[in-house]
Amino acid sequence: MAVVNEKETGTTVKQSVKQPDGKAAARAKRPLPLWRRHLRDLMQVRAARIAVFFLIFMLLFSFIGPLFSPYGQNQLNVRFAEQAPTIDHWLGTDDYGRDVLTRLMYAGRISMTIGIASTVLSMVLGALIGVASGYFGGWIDAIIMRFADLLMSIPSLPLLIIMAALLSAFDVPPDTRIYYVMVMLSVIGWPGIARMIRGEVLSLREELYMKATEALGLSTRSRLFHHLMPNVYPLLIVQTTLSVAGGILMESTLSFLGLGVMPPNASWGNMMAVASNLMDFQKRPWLWIPPGTAVFVTVVCINVLGDRIRDVVDPRAKEA
Amino acid sequence: MLKYTLKRFGQMILMMFLLSILVFFLFALMPGDFFSGNRKLTPTRLAELRALYGLDKPPLQRYFIWLGNVLHGDFGWSLKYNEPVTDLLKTYMFNSFIVALAAMVIAWTIAVIVGVYSATHQYAFVDKLVTVIVFASLSFPSFFIGLLAIKFFAVDLKWLPVGGMIDTGSNSTGLAYVLEVGRHMILPVLILAFFSAGGLTRYFRSGMLDVLRLDFVRCARARGIKEHAVVYRHALRNALLPAITLLGFELPGLFSGAIITEQIFGWPGIGPIQLDALNAHDYEVLMTCTLLLSFLTILGNFLADVMYSVADPRVRLAQKAEA
Repeated sequence: MAVVNEKETGTTVKQSVKQPDGKAAARAKRPLPLWRRHLRDLMQVRAARIAVFFLIFMLLFSFIGPLFSPYGQNQLNVRFAEQAPTIDHWLGTDDYGRDVLTRLMYAGRISMTIGIASTVLSMVLGALIGVASGYFGGWIDAIIMRFADLLMSIPSLPLLIIMAALLSAFDVPPDTRIYYVMVMLSVIGWPGIARMIRGEVLSLREELYMKATEALGLSTRSRLFHHLMPNVYPLLIVQTTLSVAGGILMESTLSFLGLGVMPPNASWGNMMAVASNLMDFQKRPWLWIPPGTAVFVTVVCINVLGDRIRDVVDPRAKEA
Repeated sequence: MLKYTLKRFGQMILMMFLLSILVFFLFALMPGDFFSGNRKLTPTRLAELRALYGLDKPPLQRYFIWLGNVLHGDFGWSLKYNEPVTDLLKTYMFNSFIVALAAMVIAWTIAVIVGVYSATHQYAFVDKLVTVIVFASLSFPSFFIGLLAIKFFAVDLKWLPVGGMIDTGSNSTGLAYVLEVGRHMILPVLILAFFSAGGLTRYFRSGMLDVLRLDFVRCARARGIKEHAVVYRHALRNALLPAITLLGFELPGLFSGAIITEQIFGWPGIGPIQLDALNAHDYEVLMTCTLLLSFLTILGNFLADVMYSVADPRVRLAQKAEA
């Protein structure tokens, strides 16, 4: 958000020079700060408003929802096992008599946290490596990019499966495994981001204002983090949004295959794994349709939002 | 042109070599092998078997032995299926290939038609609908839509078979066999097509929009050429050009098999084989699959680059300026 602050202070300075006496008038005329303008533009489209509404709903549902539920995540009640939806259990119960709705909330916590955390991790890694690679060029760039190419040429699902198998082989306990799943997702996530950021840096490096920072004799650190990075942020924000969606999808796929988040921890993916059991699949759709729908709704909303953010923050990409 | 191709080719070979190292040592990291899961074996017998299959040597030595074999076309022996890995893959890869090819043809046809239509009718109702469907296709977890399709079309409506490649216990031949396989293919093919058509449609739509805004299109219109001819003869050709690159990227997908979709529909392709091999610790099979797919990806990128510079003279000139 550094870019926002800089531009904001920039406009204030300019205007206070123009109108040194009428501070109140200047404030009234002052354009909205950049992020407020972006937010306003963002919300102008109905699809984006709907997406934001549903995302907030899903977040509240997963993070606050369990507080209102009378059941626990792993509260067993065999007497009420495999019930269809009732007043007590809105989405029915599973084979251990656990409340599906409650598990859906807890699963949302894990699935969304993994999606977000793995994205943040691959963003930080990808952005740092990409900026370094594009800025310094030469052999550093060559080595980093060849390595990124190598990782990218292995299809991502098989690579994830191999890494997951490694985890299983080393007997990682279910709770720690969640963190490893985040790391795994960012291992396949960073090369794409690094490559994209590098491309952006390569073109920005030739801009006049970057030459000016050089002429001014600014330190490398200041040029990188105060002048180059703020201009990469728009692209980074868009990519972050979209890759959270990708992370959630990947996690659910892995967990569905039994290679991601392991029981007793619930995730949207592993809740759907019951569908491989023919009886549950045919006779008890309330076990696997809700988590699938949750993944779908969340991912669609993130994608719609990301697409809209791209239109707003990156005017060059504003095609239609 | 030739110089560029040769240079790219050299890079490709180097990448493949580095990749073989990476993949091999990734698998060498795995604790346990095919035999360690078998508790009936005595320690001496275990050691004997390991020595027999060369699993007791240090990883570096094993790598060079393996590399030598691979260069002679020998990818090892599948211990689970008890046949050479190459024979195993040949059978299953064909199954994956027919599904992927059918899906690809359908997806590309739909994507070009729909993409062009919604680009020429921007913001119309159909265009908006297409945008919604594209978002859905990009956001559905593949296993979820597969399960829904089976539940709806196979279990509830009983229109199509639940899964597999042929009916259980069926031994039909000739045309009956082809029709039977075809019926089993419908659902997986349509679902795979749905997934790849989403991104492709979006791609063609925005490509077409870009081209329609260019000067030569306005010029063609100014010359009084019919709108139909402007769109299909002038604009579409130029919009399709960058898609050549995409064709290159599709190459690995044709053989890799869609792991999730094939698994859900019980289609005997490369996907389920990989998961089976993983569970059985049959690493030679899994390693060969991973390596082969990565090679195809690299090869696909190479072909995409070369084809594109053949098709588009502007790229060729840029290369010359660079060199």
